[in-house]
Amino acid sequence: MAVSDVYLAAEQHAVTHEAGGMVLGNAWLLIALPLAGAALLLLGGRRTNGWGHLLATALPIASFGWAVAALVQMLGMDPAERSLSVPVYTWFSAGGFTAEANLLLDPLSISFVLLITGVGSLIHVYSIGYMSHDDNRRRFFAYLNLFVAAMLVLVLADNYALMFLGWEGVGLASYLLIGFWQHKPSAAVAAKKAFLVNRVGDMGLLIAIMLMFSAFGTVAYSGVLGSADRAGEGLMAAIGLLLLLGACGKSAQLPLQSWLLDAMEGPTPVSALIHAATMVTAGVYLIVRSGPVFEAAPAAQLTVAVIGAATLLAGAVIGCAKDDIKKALAGSTMSQIGYMTLAAGLGPVGYAAAIAHLITHGFFKAGLFLGAGSVMHGMNDEVDMRRYGGLRKAMPITFATFGLGYLAIIGFPLLSGWWTKEGIIEAAFATGGTAGAVLGGATLLGAGLTAFYMTRVMIMTFFGQKRWDPGVHPHESPVSMTAPMVVLAAGSVFLGAALVFGYRFAHFLEPAVGAPEEHHAFSMAHLLTSWTSLAALGLMVAGVATAWFLYGRAPVPRTAPAGNLVTVAARNELYGNAINEGLFMRPGQALTKALTAFDTRVVDGLVNGIGRSVRDGSTGLRTTQTGFARTYALTMLFGAVIVVATLAVRI
Amino acid sequence: MTAATSPVSAAVLAAPTITDTPPDIDYWLLAPMLVVFAAGVVAVLFEAFVPRARRRATQLTLALAALASAFVLTVLQVGSLPEGEAGTTVAFGSVAVDRVGLFLQGTILVLAFVSLLLIAENRRGESAFAAQAAAVPGSEEERGHVLAGSQHTEVYPLVLFAVLGMQLFPVSNDFLTMFIALEVMSLPLYLLCGLARRRRLFSQEAAVKYFLLGAFSSAFFLFGIALVYGYAGAVNFADVAAAVEAGGSPMFDGGGEPLLLIGIALVGVGLLFKVGAVPFHNWKPDVYQGAPTPITALMASCTLVAAFGALLRVFYTAFGGSVEAWRPMLWTVAILTMVLAAVVAVTQRDIKRLLAYSSVVHAGFVLTAVVAASPEGLAGAMFYLAAYGFTTIGAFAVVTLVRTHETGPEAGELAQWAGLGRTSPMLAGALALFLLAFAGIPLTSGFIGKFAVFEAAMAAGATPLVVVGVLSSAVTAYFYVRIIVLMFFSEPAESAPRVLPAGLLTGSAIAAGVVATVVLGVFPTPVLDHLVPQPGEERSEPAVATADGFTR
Repeated sequence: MAVSDVYLAAEQHAVTHEAGGMVLGNAWLLIALPLAGAALLLLGGRRTNGWGHLLATALPIASFGWAVAALVQMLGMDPAERSLSVPVYTWFSAGGFTAEANLLLDPLSISFVLLITGVGSLIHVYSIGYMSHDDNRRRFFAYLNLFVAAMLVLVLADNYALMFLGWEGVGLASYLLIGFWQHKPSAAVAAKKAFLVNRVGDMGLLIAIMLMFSAFGTVAYSGVLGSADRAGEGLMAAIGLLLLLGACGKSAQLPLQSWLLDAMEGPTPVSALIHAATMVTAGVYLIVRSGPVFEAAPAAQLTVAVIGAATLLAGAVIGCAKDDIKKALAGSTMSQIGYMTLAAGLGPVGYAAAIAHLITHGFFKAGLFLGAGSVMHGMNDEVDMRRYGGLRKAMPITFATFGLGYLAIIGFPLLSGWWTKEGIIEAAFATGGTAGAVLGGATLLGAGLTAFYMTRVMIMTFFGQKRWDPGVHPHESPVSMTAPMVVLAAGSVFLGAALVFGYRFAHFLEPAVGAPEEHHAFSMAHLLTSWTSLAALGLMVAGVATAWFLYGRAPVPRTAPAGNLVTVAARNELYGNAINEGLFMRPGQALTKALTAFDTRVVDGLVNGIGRSVRDGSTGLRTTQTGFARTYALTMLFGAVIVVATLAVRI
Repeated sequence: MTAATSPVSAAVLAAPTITDTPPDIDYWLLAPMLVVFAAGVVAVLFEAFVPRARRRATQLTLALAALASAFVLTVLQVGSLPEGEAGTTVAFGSVAVDRVGLFLQGTILVLAFVSLLLIAENRRGESAFAAQAAAVPGSEEERGHVLAGSQHTEVYPLVLFAVLGMQLFPVSNDFLTMFIALEVMSLPLYLLCGLARRRRLFSQEAAVKYFLLGAFSSAFFLFGIALVYGYAGAVNFADVAAAVEAGGSPMFDGGGEPLLLIGIALVGVGLLFKVGAVPFHNWKPDVYQGAPTPITALMASCTLVAAFGALLRVFYTAFGGSVEAWRPMLWTVAILTMVLAAVVAVTQRDIKRLLAYSSVVHAGFVLTAVVAASPEGLAGAMFYLAAYGFTTIGAFAVVTLVRTHETGPEAGELAQWAGLGRTSPMLAGALALFLLAFAGIPLTSGFIGKFAVFEAAMAAGATPLVVVGVLSSAVTAYFYVRIIVLMFFSEPAESAPRVLPAGLLTGSAIAAGVVATVVLGVFPTPVLDHLVPQPGEERSEPAVATADGFTR
């Protein structure tokens, strides 16, 4: 296997230059701008109520502008020189130890920066309208800015430690924003759950970083990834699996998926930005960034793909059964990230496909969520799709933009989702062997399921009879909300072609993530007529037809029918919470009790004992401080004797 | 004219020759000290001739101007040092002018400037100093002076003379000059310690104790000098170092080592007393508590810098050849200092005593860097001293503001500080920052300082010392954090103290402490890079602490 050969190519590109020039040299501003916004709004207090949200919206836009300028400069460089190090801050260096923070600007990180600041800016604009009646709007925007800054730290860090800082930062922002309406107990509980489940993943990531440090003496990407293929496979597998655990927590992959559906308690713009477009994809970023680790440990790599496949199906099944529009979309997010994880587990051949799908997904899923938010805005915050119906006339713009996002996600030919999902399906089958067949089969099955549940959402919301609650008068949302939806819808339509046509994006990413072994030239005819493409198309049509048959032809009851075994399981999120409770929570509680007992008896006893002896010693020694100059003089004399004695031993 | 290259200085000291020509002294190199000295003399004249009403303002202006211009001159001298050399000597090799010395002098001047702001603080005609020191405490005469608003503006010339001694102490290049500097520094301080406005008997007791013990330690120091002179036949550090290399004066025929070793020990006793290392530390709590708090701030910052400067110079240059002999001694003292002082501090109930013990522990930490006997150790010690100086002045400045009642004395009892974080969040926040810096929490200057000294000690193979140091840090962190907990998480005490508003002067001192503590903690690289030579890196300007940091 030419694993090392693949990376030989990448290693030639991995030489990182120091960034020069006004735009690239000051890339830290990308992070500093939204961070300053968060600080200003949080510290400024009520004084910033009037204009805070406008400032908070302007800053990510400014970051986006800066990122675009950086991209333009980067495109002007030789592809091999597009890996740039931006020195930010040297804390101190003493002896051989240096503590510093540098940023890494390369094709992979700049893609994420553009996605985060671009979609982030749109969602800031949307939030101006969505949160206009909220008393705590300033705080909301401060948290959003904090999130953008932390997410940028995550993707721009040039080492795992700084990346972990951003990783925890987005976790914090996510916690704060899920629980933003903390007066609702469900929101507070959901925030706590997200935080706790993420801790499990974070612990994995943390241990992985510690292992790296002990094995390589560094946590810099360049140091760890550069020597990954020289370390033992066992160690690499351990690090890889622990990284995967971290990724599973952040990206809601099995078995740490349970928090994402509850996280929908947060305001909808948060669901769109954090729990659909950006933060939840951080796990995919981590795996792609750590590519060489997984290259060196095929077992870990296969685990990644398998987890991705399992989550892709589980998410889709959950999405099929949920009546809450946001939870249905959240199941879909799980499923789509499963696609990306699967692709990331295929090695260099899948990296570009994973990232491309991640970016187009960022657009169409954010668009779908914003559409859902717009619907809720018009329906007095109703989320049950069984109380919707026939909304296409009342909310034409929302219908149109949501519809384009819908077509994109189900993989309607030539729309964004189709381009990038085809890439993943093709890459999965290209793996060959049983693994390829199973993974590829999962991606195809997932495509059919996606078409089914998304059509279901579409029909229940926008078509059929009106099943509205009395007193609800749906209306179209203000332009500050619809404008971002229109932009995202445009992305849902065109972005995929722009990225995939001619494999432009894959070539752009190559210096950062490595090139696949064999390049085959881009062929439009092949894309349209290959058997995988046709099979995906067929399954999509079948999915749409089934949904139409079940929900379009027959009236939708206002209360959910009992349903069969599978439906009930899917409604209960495949019993993920019950499994967690039985497998982790209860044994965990028992373990905690045991540890507490150990802590109070043994550890505390020991610590208190030491503390007590220090205190007793202190009380004893205090008596030497008599206050008499003669005693002091005697002590000094005694000390002089000691000093003379320690020197005189040499005589 | 370096002493090493010119035989003149040795000859002069050995046998003075009488000539008609005046000695050739480069006064420019002495200018920073001359400015402070001249200002002190002029200040004495001011006491005689300036009307009482305008005396304080005049004296303060003069003192601040003198310290500021001396600092500027010190900085200018760095540029005039010969490139590629550590420095030079003046006045027949008795005073060294090198980068280490200039850094320490500059530090002392800045810290003295900040302390002077505290010393000058005056509220409704009431300063920190006694109205009339000569009056018997509690007497009618004293009350009369208090009512008349008498003030001791003599404080300012005394401070200037003390600063002069501190400037000279770390740059003295022979034992006699060093002894003179020691006394010039100490005598005004003895006096200043006895001038507290409140609890005057307590203050006077502290002054007398300080004086008695100081005299006692000076005797050790002098006796040590005599023994070293007997061994080396010289008092100049370069000559002593040469004699140590050569195995002593020819007349001993190689058998004079006991003289040298006991000499090192006794000189060490004198210097370790000034530093306040265990077991020569007993004076510190009593004196720090009894002295007027601004003077305590001056002593805790500037005296410590000066004393460590002298200690480093003596042990690195004069006794540099017998590192192996004195290293075990400093090991012992450092361990005793770090352990005992930290343990005793745990049960202290008075903030000033606590800070005094904390100062002793910090002296122990700096000693670990002295033990390293390397450029890194030198640089670490210098950074630590500068960082600690600012933090400790700030902490004592906070102490001056917390009073038992509006016109009462300082509320020293820690129990009274409970809940201060709720009533005066800014002040308590500043003190919390200083305490965290003392404890060595990252992103404060204290962390970088500790890291630098421990790193140097580790590199020099003193790992056990570092282990003791870290454990001692853990103990000290306990009582620092306990104060923070007391201030922020306890209900205010019944007899809640009255917090005076920080005026311009005290406020500036606290602000200087906060800024230095944060800047040196978050962005220490410019200073550290300047101090430590980077391995394998061509530098345009020589680092302060090169292998040959001291001129000889």
